[in-house]
Amino acid sequence: MSREQSLVQRARKAFQTGKSKPLEYRLHQLRCLHRFITERRRDIADALKKDLCKSDNGTELFETMSLEGEINLAVERLAEWAAPKPVEKNLLTIADEVYIQPEPLGVVLIIGAWNYPWAITLQPLVGAIAAGNAAVIKPSEVSFHSAKVMEELLPLYLDRDLYPVVTGGVSETQELLKQRFDHVFYTGSGSVGRLVMEAASRHLTPVTLELGGKSPCYIDKDCDLRVACRRITWGKFVNCGQTCIAPDYVLCEPSIQSRVVEEMRKCIKEFYTDDPKTFEDYGRIVNQRHFKRVMALMEGNTIAIGGESDETECYIAPTILRDVKVESKVMQEEIFGPVLPIITVSGVDEAIQFINEREKPLALYIFSHDKKLIKRVIAETSSGGVLANDCLVHFTISALPFGGVGNSGMGRYHGQHSFNQLSHMRSCLIKKLNMEGVNSMRYPPHTSKKLSWHASLVPA
Amino acid sequence: MERQAVKKAREAFLSGRTRALEFRLQQLTALQKMIAERQTEIATALKQDINRSQYDTPLLELIGLENDISLAIAKLAEWAAPRPVERNLLTIRDEVYIQPEPLGVVLIIGAWNYPWALTLSPLVGAIAAGNAAVVKPSELSECSSLLLRALLPRYLDQDLYPVVTGGVSETQELLKQRFDHVFYTGSGSVGRLVMEAASRHLTPVTLELGGKSPCYIDKDCDLRVACRRITWGKFTNCGQTCIAPDYILCEASIQGKVVDGIRQTLLEFYGADPKCSADYGRIINPRHFNRVMNLMEGYTAVLGGQSDASQRYIAPTVLKDVPPHSRMMQEEIFGPVLPIVTVSDMDEAIRFVNEREKPLALYIFCSDKLAVKKMIEETTSGGVTVNDVMMHYTLSSLPFGGVGQSGMGSYHGKHTFDRLSHMRACLVRSLGMESFNLARYPPQDRQRLSMYSIRGYGLPAGPMSRVYLLYALYLDWLYLTS
Repeated sequence: MSREQSLVQRARKAFQTGKSKPLEYRLHQLRCLHRFITERRRDIADALKKDLCKSDNGTELFETMSLEGEINLAVERLAEWAAPKPVEKNLLTIADEVYIQPEPLGVVLIIGAWNYPWAITLQPLVGAIAAGNAAVIKPSEVSFHSAKVMEELLPLYLDRDLYPVVTGGVSETQELLKQRFDHVFYTGSGSVGRLVMEAASRHLTPVTLELGGKSPCYIDKDCDLRVACRRITWGKFVNCGQTCIAPDYVLCEPSIQSRVVEEMRKCIKEFYTDDPKTFEDYGRIVNQRHFKRVMALMEGNTIAIGGESDETECYIAPTILRDVKVESKVMQEEIFGPVLPIITVSGVDEAIQFINEREKPLALYIFSHDKKLIKRVIAETSSGGVLANDCLVHFTISALPFGGVGNSGMGRYHGQHSFNQLSHMRSCLIKKLNMEGVNSMRYPPHTSKKLSWHASLVPA
Repeated sequence: MERQAVKKAREAFLSGRTRALEFRLQQLTALQKMIAERQTEIATALKQDINRSQYDTPLLELIGLENDISLAIAKLAEWAAPRPVERNLLTIRDEVYIQPEPLGVVLIIGAWNYPWALTLSPLVGAIAAGNAAVVKPSELSECSSLLLRALLPRYLDQDLYPVVTGGVSETQELLKQRFDHVFYTGSGSVGRLVMEAASRHLTPVTLELGGKSPCYIDKDCDLRVACRRITWGKFTNCGQTCIAPDYILCEASIQGKVVDGIRQTLLEFYGADPKCSADYGRIINPRHFNRVMNLMEGYTAVLGGQSDASQRYIAPTVLKDVPPHSRMMQEEIFGPVLPIVTVSDMDEAIRFVNEREKPLALYIFCSDKLAVKKMIEETTSGGVTVNDVMMHYTLSSLPFGGVGQSGMGSYHGKHTFDRLSHMRACLVRSLGMESFNLARYPPQDRQRLSMYSIRGYGLPAGPMSRVYLLYALYLDWLYLTS
């Protein structure tokens, strides 16, 4: 038996003991997870520094703070989320108990990503624990140090049978995917997402796929460019552009392109100083492979700002490309790096058309003062989520379901949505053995009279 | 041909005409009209397909469908409207809501046992949600399939909602195309293939599958009523119902009474010779007839057991003392054969259910409220009805679907609309209040960070919000005038 197989079996046995069912147990595990984050802040920050050159404050702002928020929310609301939900009754069920009961699914597989290895791997875990499941956690091997720290330290806080951490690369992941789970939660690329769903189909296992794509950012010419560019610059260069919902490219009219470039130049200087390479809050590309990939995307384009790089450090300066051609390489795949192409369009009509000709993105950004224009863009496009006049922050609102559509993914999470996604919503109808007379309408021998009674009583 | 139908459906969808609620309402009304006007033809097709009685058709298929459509028409505006969500301090001045949107082109693969309800009920949700839909009825219910192909285009938009008939190869050809959702009702083995095909396009799926739905009868309940309800549920449509009680679990001491109760009820429902009853159905085709007959091999029926291959007739049959590991207990019966497996008590029944795959439905007949709660808590299933069978299907406020091998996703009423929509998270901010954002920008220092966490993160809007608002407006003013 492989290591993966035995870990999954152990998790299943642990689940079958029923110990994760009582809410007290789940709350206890959630509090332990919280304690893990508070007590091990240093270890987490150090791992992230080695993986992605993330600064301490960057870690707090983008990884641990949202995680703590999710845990607190789950602890506060668990009783409410897990309670039976009565539903609307009809005439035939008026004397009955009718409700939806959330239940654990069983053993969930969580495959994390490397760009926010803690938030993206542990946020689904919060939902899995809250919903009463066991969970096998597979952090990304690309963020190697974080994976190691997770593997060593998490078992010191959480139940080690119910929530094992499995590290490893492609072959370990493939071995895991052969096992039977009750849900697979994957964050990463579309190509691997397909393989995950295919593997899951063999066991009829439902999946949540948080994928990516090219998130467009449209800037209306009549908006406060100074503020718009600040927010876009921030959103783009956080984590060196390695964010699934980073604004991938900008669409704007040619008349404002130069101003956009200038405002962004100012912001880059304000945020990252004249020499981002030496600045603590500016990150690095995660590895050589991705470094080379992003560098290759810049080829053939006009660099308006930045473009400097240092392969030894996997450093790429905050870079803005202007007058980018639609056919260029940088517009063919998700950039996932600190390179922001600007494509000029004649107006919002062309922008909408441009967006609709492409795969549905994970996020869509619209910068405009004109509410009607914003509503129009929303109505005439589709995307996982849409944010007007800012970047990224819809991720932090736990009441909003976070997820993709089409090639950007399926399913959603955050807050109660995680709990719901990782629960089975069981329909329950509790009747009594009396009032049998009412049922005679449905029994054979059938007559037209009986049928007409039934038709009048049944309306949903 | 399949490719053409899908292409046309997509082009029709991209024209944008399904977006307007009026259009969707018009299509739903037309569908309603079709069912009202064509009841006789539909009933005739079903009689030919599966010997469905003229009353069972409205009872089991059409009334539910009509209600589904009426509900969708009545509630569409409400379902399709933006749904505001709870704001936090950070977003107190913003518009925060979930906007339901159409997915695009949905593929609906219907089943043969209730060919109208199971094919058209998902279609109601697809239309309501603003999608196009390619409808693929099951070729096993051939007359219904051909009738649907003839009728639907006369009432609904022909490009948006094409009907594609055919067998395995046509379905495989369809599954190669790209859809935005695939809704499949049928067996687990085909369900796997559907999901695998969908994975190539990253298409989400709803799989309404089946399994063996257990039916536990407690010894201290009103057996007479319990047996009437179980008999009805089991032998309706000749047992060919995904949520039919597949087998009975009860204590040995009441087995005889259970058999008697069923015998009496059968007499009442179908007379001494069910073969002559207008209300008793037939098996859909020779293959399934043989399949069910083979399952019975080696058993002596305590009730029924007669059959007639020329009519695909199998009498309502009950088998007692069936061993748990027999062939009969390995696959979903989907026929008028009801095995009784004896257990020593409810605990053993619970263990029995849990040792097997999660069923689509679980039935518990018991008057003890606490015992019922215990059994529900210690098992899982798609849905559960206590003291009756199948009725949870009829309440559209309850999501209908499976779990584990019995399926994924759920539908009925608003749940279908939600299932076939994309729930898009929307946050509309303004370009003002930039000061609120200061703490998130680099250079990031501790002081700014703690201000940010106090201000924004996860805290719901409350009485302090006005104070913060004024403070933020003041900072805004300072910032803008700086």
